[in-house]
This record gives sequence, structure tokens and C-alpha cells, in this order.
Amino acid sequence: MTADRVNDLIAPGAARVVPQPLGRFAARHLVDRNYRVYRRDWLLFITGFLEPLLYLLSIGIGIEQLVGDFTLPNGSRVSYTEFVAPAMLAASAMNGSLFDATFGVFFKLKYEKVYDAVLATPLRPVDVAVGELVWSLVRGALYAGAFVVVMAVLGLTSSGWTVLAPVAAVVIGYAFAGAGMALTTWMRTWQDFDFITLAVLPMFLFSATFFPLDRYPDGVQWLVQLTPLYHGVVLCRGLTTGAVGVEMLIAVAYLLVMGTVGLLVASRRIGALLLR
Amino acid sequence: MSTATASRPPAPTGLVWRQFDHWRARWRRTWRGSAITNFVLPVLYLLAMGVGLGAYVDSGGARASLGGTDYLDFIAPGLLATAVMQNAVGASTWPVMGAIKWDKTYHAMIATPLRTRDILIGNLGLIAARLTLTAAVFWVVLVIFGVAVLPWAVLAVPAGVLVGLAHSTPLFAFAAWLERETGFMLFYRIGVVPMFLFSGAFFPVSQLPDPLEWLAQVMPLYHGVELVRGLTLGTPDLLADLGHVAYLALWCGVGFLLADRALARRLGG
Amino acid sequence: MGAQSVEQAAAGPVEAPVEALVEARNLRKSYGALEAVRGIDVTVRRGEAFGFLGPNGAGKSSTMRMIAAVSPASGGSLRVLGMDPGAEGPAIRSRLGVCPQDNTLDSELTVRENLLVYGRFFGLSRAEVARRADELLRFVQLTDKAGSRVDDLSGGLKRRLTVARSLINNPELLILDEPTTGLDPQARHLLWDRLFRLKQQGTTLLLTTHYMDEAEQLCDRLVIIDEGVIVAEGSPAQLIRDHSSREVCELRFGVDDHAGVAARLHHLGERVEVLPDRVLVYAEDGEAVAAAVHEMGLSARSTLVRRSTLEDVFLRLTGRSLAD
Ligand SMILES: Nc1ncnc2c1ncn2[C@@H]1O[C@H](COP(=O)(O)OP(=O)(O)O)[C@@H](O)[C@H]1O
Ligand SMILES: [Mg+2]
Repeated sequence: MTADRVNDLIAPGAARVVPQPLGRFAARHLVDRNYRVYRRDWLLFITGFLEPLLYLLSIGIGIEQLVGDFTLPNGSRVSYTEFVAPAMLAASAMNGSLFDATFGVFFKLKYEKVYDAVLATPLRPVDVAVGELVWSLVRGALYAGAFVVVMAVLGLTSSGWTVLAPVAAVVIGYAFAGAGMALTTWMRTWQDFDFITLAVLPMFLFSATFFPLDRYPDGVQWLVQLTPLYHGVVLCRGLTTGAVGVEMLIAVAYLLVMGTVGLLVASRRIGALLLR
Repeated sequence: MSTATASRPPAPTGLVWRQFDHWRARWRRTWRGSAITNFVLPVLYLLAMGVGLGAYVDSGGARASLGGTDYLDFIAPGLLATAVMQNAVGASTWPVMGAIKWDKTYHAMIATPLRTRDILIGNLGLIAARLTLTAAVFWVVLVIFGVAVLPWAVLAVPAGVLVGLAHSTPLFAFAAWLERETGFMLFYRIGVVPMFLFSGAFFPVSQLPDPLEWLAQVMPLYHGVELVRGLTLGTPDLLADLGHVAYLALWCGVGFLLADRALARRLGG
Repeated sequence: MGAQSVEQAAAGPVEAPVEALVEARNLRKSYGALEAVRGIDVTVRRGEAFGFLGPNGAGKSSTMRMIAAVSPASGGSLRVLGMDPGAEGPAIRSRLGVCPQDNTLDSELTVRENLLVYGRFFGLSRAEVARRADELLRFVQLTDKAGSRVDDLSGGLKRRLTVARSLINNPELLILDEPTTGLDPQARHLLWDRLFRLKQQGTTLLLTTHYMDEAEQLCDRLVIIDEGVIVAEGSPAQLIRDHSSREVCELRFGVDDHAGVAARLHHLGERVEVLPDRVLVYAEDGEAVAAAVHEMGLSARSTLVRRSTLEDVFLRLTGRSLAD
């Protein structure tokens, strides 16, 4: 074959390759695309694990000495680091998936125009949304798994339920990635992301992350219990300390509904934005 | 180049001021949003860490290790310093790379009689304005929370700006030198986050293992935290503070020289 | 060509052979109150190269996007490969190649990865996609750039990569929206050469352009579109026959009053047009016009007789004033 012929590709009479039906999970090809991009920035991947770990260390080295032990709702006493570690797990699952689903998706949607090309192929908007979500969950699961291992090594877990903690982190990631992606489709400029910061930071600080719910006045307790991260913290803390209860099932349901609604809205909106 | 040989170069200040309208326009577009975040974020942090967690610290009898203050008083000034630091990072990394790589703002400027140093000074002026806003708004929050003790506390604002600039100028150099934006993410994770957590804002660095303590003390943020804390609480240690100021000024100056060189190299002028 | 397409259909997939790959009837597209496409009829047949020629803002891209099943039509009917883009978008897109006006290359991937990843979106196996990617890189002469970052490519190289990408699924219909706009002459000629080969090998081409030479070079048939409607249709030669004279005589006079001079030339040709610096007389025999002008005692500073081009047709039908 000479350099300038695509004979067996284009030749009339040559058997055309019948396009394969993409199958049920076409979104995996977008995951593959993201993996290729990310693999070049492996250093970024490794260091992504660092941030929650550093928080954990600063709490273990610094704050634990200033604060005494904490009593959990089920009466058991834990060190402050043991109390905060599962909340860090939940919060970093939130942050990680939000980062991918908001900044990451916005960049590809508005600047890189990645999805314009994707939607010119058999892939549909829902495949784009699912692909991005799955990708962010895969990363989240790796980070969460590593974090839980570190917790176990540092003796910050006291229950066999801990093995489920990475799963809980993925559920949290699902909720925030879905919702974050949906919100991102309404963003116009980078400035608009300040609103996300303004929503996320209070959650990070007040969702029973750094101190228990009973520290708040009654009315405020109510408010805190409405936030998604609170449910994520309940879930993770219950699993790593062994204080499991029904409230954890409510938390799972809450988070799954949030993620699913977000995913559906995001699919529709991506279609509306790009397929005009 | 040709203008410089054709006529006497105008005074640098003149050239800097020629950009005033540009930077003012940029400031106008963004200041409102940053003022809100500048106010809301400190309030939230102080409520959560100072008031919420502070109650457990104070009842745990940790006052002695905090130098006799309660936890709110301890972390509030430290948080002012870290907030200005983070703002400086935000203002001196992405926007600088953006102006070089994406918007090519600097390239447009350098095509006029402006020189790289004028651009650098003009941009740092905008950053300083932003940092002043951050520090001043945070300072108001400190007053509201009853942390600031006048009159020394007034100096916490310029001290805060100094802390910010000590980070801004070296980061400007970094941003002007860096080719790809992933470097910022890495720097954030292995630089900013550890500084934020371990520079004595949340707990005394003496609690760190020795080598880490020394490392923390090399960081400009540590000196910023100490300086701002003493001034805010009305208990400055003047000799030590002079040292802190000198050390921060050193970072500013070296950073400026590096930024000047990096920018000139990048803009090819 | 007829024989080719029969062969192709025989060896092709199970779908019944569709001779009209695109059929649009009274096709419309509105963005809010703005009507970008206002009822066009076109039929693109298998194996031909069909062009949309029109000024900026004429509605070319809007039409291409509807045909590429990435933009819903606002009215009229559209069948692509015999299917309805609204209902069977993915099935249609799997058999199209699209080279959009702005390349939409993935700047986070290398040149070769752009092809690999894109090919996978069509459900091609990894091995298949790798083989094709390498062949297509050779085809557009980008093999030695395979590992480069897309951002580092020049405009011409990016365009070639986009063309290669649009071929990864061996499309039956290749849609090219302004394939050579903004390229230097070398890059344009290389691209034309590649498109010409594709056409010879039986790929149906549908392209838009505002370059007359491009339309004349590549298109078997074309439509001229302006403000969302088709103003003329046919082969390049036929369009020239129908809408212009055989020849044009271009006259430059040393006076400011070209309009005054032109008024006296009307009887010499089918049509006279006044431009700021010259007067054009459209006529069957340009030499005769030049001679007649000379006989009238009008001394032109320069006289140029040439054959009518598609450009004359285009400017006549879409007006001399610049659209946007
Ligand atoms: N997504 C869009 N939203 C609103 N207006 C659009 C959009 N795309 C194109 N237009 C408008 O529709 C008209 C036709 O545009 P287009 O199809 O891109 O023309 P062409 O490709 O011939 O230059 C123009 O007036 C353009 O501004
Ligand atoms: Mg167009």
C-alpha cells in the first residue's frame, strides 16, 4: 500500500466494516479517553491522594492533642482523629467528584469542546454524562480505597464494617458528581463557580465533620441533617466506627436519589446545550 | 525597543500608570464576587473551627499550649494570614499563565511602549489591591468576633498584605516560567495544602516532630501567621516581628527579581 | 460511477442500497427568532461530490449540522441514509464522517490518540482502530507527527488530522464544513488532492465553502445558498452558463467617473457592472467588447478579457456587498 492510498479502507467493493452496535455501555469509551489523558499526568493522580491524608495528619498531630476524646451516639469513646477521619473520607469523596464534575466538565464543555466531537459519533448525551460520572467514580474509588487502608494502618478503624467504607465513598461521589454536573450545565463563566464554593465550604465545615451534631442548637441541627454531606458523614462514620444503624440506609437512599436526578438532568442539559 | 532608542525612556511610574485603566477594568469585573467570598468564607471558618471546635479545645484545657489564649483567638489571626496566602496563590498563578498563554494580554501590552517590568508592577498592583481587600474584610470579621485588640490590630492588615505579596512574587515567577497548568495543581497539593495546615495557624508548630517544625519555620507563611497573630491580639513581640517582616520582605524582593526575569524571558523582551 | 456504486452496494452491509444519501425538503432551522435556514431542497446522490457555496452566515453550517444529526431541524423533512436524524441519530452518525467547521480536536490527546479514541466511539475494535489510525495518518501525511500534542500543530495540520479523524469509521458520506478556510495555498492543495482521491475511490462528499476555486475543483454539483435559501443549483459549468455570460471584459479607465463611462457601455454586453476601480462587461465575446470600446474613442488604461468563473455567478447571485 502506497503512502497516499487508503485502498482497503475506502475502496469501492471492499467490504465496508459495518459499524458495530455500541452495546449497552458506550460510555466506557469516554472513560477510556479520560484515562488516556490522565495517565500522562500520573503525578497528579498520585498527589490527589495527598490532600485528605494531610488533613488527617494535621488533625492527628495537631488538633488531637488540643481536643480530648469524643463520645459517639452509641456511647463508645473514640479519639478525635478517629472521629474526624471518616468525615475526611466523605468530604474528600465529595470534593474529588465535584472537582471532576464541575471544573472538569465545564472545561471540556465550554473550552476544550470535547463533547462536540463526541456527539458527532454514535454516542449520545447520556453516554457523555454517564462516562464522566463513571470516570470520576473510578478515581474516587481508588482514592477512597487508599485512604481507608491508611486509616486502618493508623488504627483509626474499629469495625469490620470498614471494608464497606470505600463503597460508601463511591455512593457519595455518585451523588455529588451527578448534582455537580447538572449544575455545571448552567454555569456561564468561571466566576459562577464561586457559588459552588459557597455551597461546598459550609457543608465541609458543618456537616458533623469536625464536631458532633449535638453541638448545634435544635433548629440548626435540622438544617445540617438536610445536607447531603451530612448523610455521607453518617455513612462513613457508622462503617469505620461500627456504630451502624437504620439512618445509614436513609443516607444511602438520599445520596442515590440525588446522584440519579443529577445524572438525568445533566444528560438532558448537555443535549440541549450541544445539539442545538 | 525602537521607542526606547528614539526618545528618552519615560519614567517607569508613568508606564505603570498607563495600564491603570486595564487593571481597573479587570478589578471592576471581579471585585464584588471576591468581596462576598472574602467575607463569607472567614465567617464560616471562624464559626466552625473557632466557635464550634473551639469549645472542645477550650474545655480540653489546652490554653497553656496555645500561649494562654482560647482557640478562637488562636486560629482567627492565623486564618487571616492563610486566607491572604491562598488569595495570593489564586491571583498569581492561573491568571498570570492565562495572560501569557490563553488571552495573550501581556503580548498585547508588550507591543506598546510598556516594558515587562511595567507589566509586572502593574499586575502586582492589582494583586496587592485584591490582597488588601481580603485582609481588610477578614479584619472586619475579626473585629466582629471580638478577636482584634486595638490599636496594634490595625497593623494586621498591612502585615497580611505583606504575607500575601511574599507568596505572590515568587509564584508570579513560577507561573511565568511554567509551561503547563498541571504544575499549579501539583504545587497546590504539595505546597499550598501542607503550608495551610502546618504553618501554625491551627496548632503551634512546636507540636510537629523537629525536622517538620524546622521546615515549617522556613516557610514564609509561618512568619506571617506569627506576625499577624501578635499584632491582632495586641501582644506583638517587636524584635521577633521585625525579623518576620524582614524575612517576608526578602521573599517579596527575591520573588520580584525572579518574576521580572521569567516574564522577560517568556515574552521575549 | 454507476457501476462503482452498484458494486459497493452489493458488497456493503445489509441495508438496502440508498441512492439518495441526503434528501431534504423544505428544510428549516431557526435559532429563536433568527431563521438561519429558510426552506431548502437538496438531494445528494451516492458517489457524487456535492457543494454548498455561500457567504458567511448563509446557513451552510446549520444545514451541515442538521444533516450530521447533531442539530434538530426546525421544519421540513430530512432523510439521511434513508433514516430520520431526529429518531435514528446514533445509527446515522455511525455511518457518517464529519469534519466540522471548527476542528473540535481533543487537545488533551496526541495526534494518534485523537484517531484511536474517536474510532472507539464508533465501536471499532482496538486492533482495527489502531490499524486504521496508522493508515489514515499516512494518508494525510501526519505519520511523523503521531505523538505530537494537537496544540502544537499548525492550522493546516490540524485540518488534515480532522479529515483523517472523519474517515476513521470508513464513512459512506463525508461531510466537510469549510475544509480549507484559513489554510495557506500549499495546505489547501494537499487537502484538495486527498479529497479528490477519496472521491475517486467512491466516497460521497458533501462540503461547504466560500471559495469558488474549491467548488469548481471538487464539486460535481453544487447549490449556491444565501440568507438561508438556495439561489441557484447545478454543475459549476452549468451554473456559469445559466447565470453569467461566456466571457467578461474588465476595463480600467483613468477617470474617477466609472459610472458615467459605464452608462455608455450598456449596449455592448448582456450586463455591465461598476466596481470602484473598473467596469465589467459580461458578453459572449470579450474581445469584441474591447474592440468596440476602443472604437468608441474611450481609451481604457488596461483591458482584460477572461472567461466567466463561478465567482462571477456567486457575486451576481449573492451580491457584492460583504455579508457580515
Ligand atoms: N447556535 C447558534 N445560535 C444562534 N444563532 C446561530 C447559531 N449558529 C448559527 N447561527 C446564526 O445562523 C446564521 C447562519 O449561520 P451558519 O449556519 O453558521 O452560516 P454559515 O455556515 O453559512 O456561515 C448566522 O446568522 C448565525 O449567526
Ligand atoms: Mg459555517
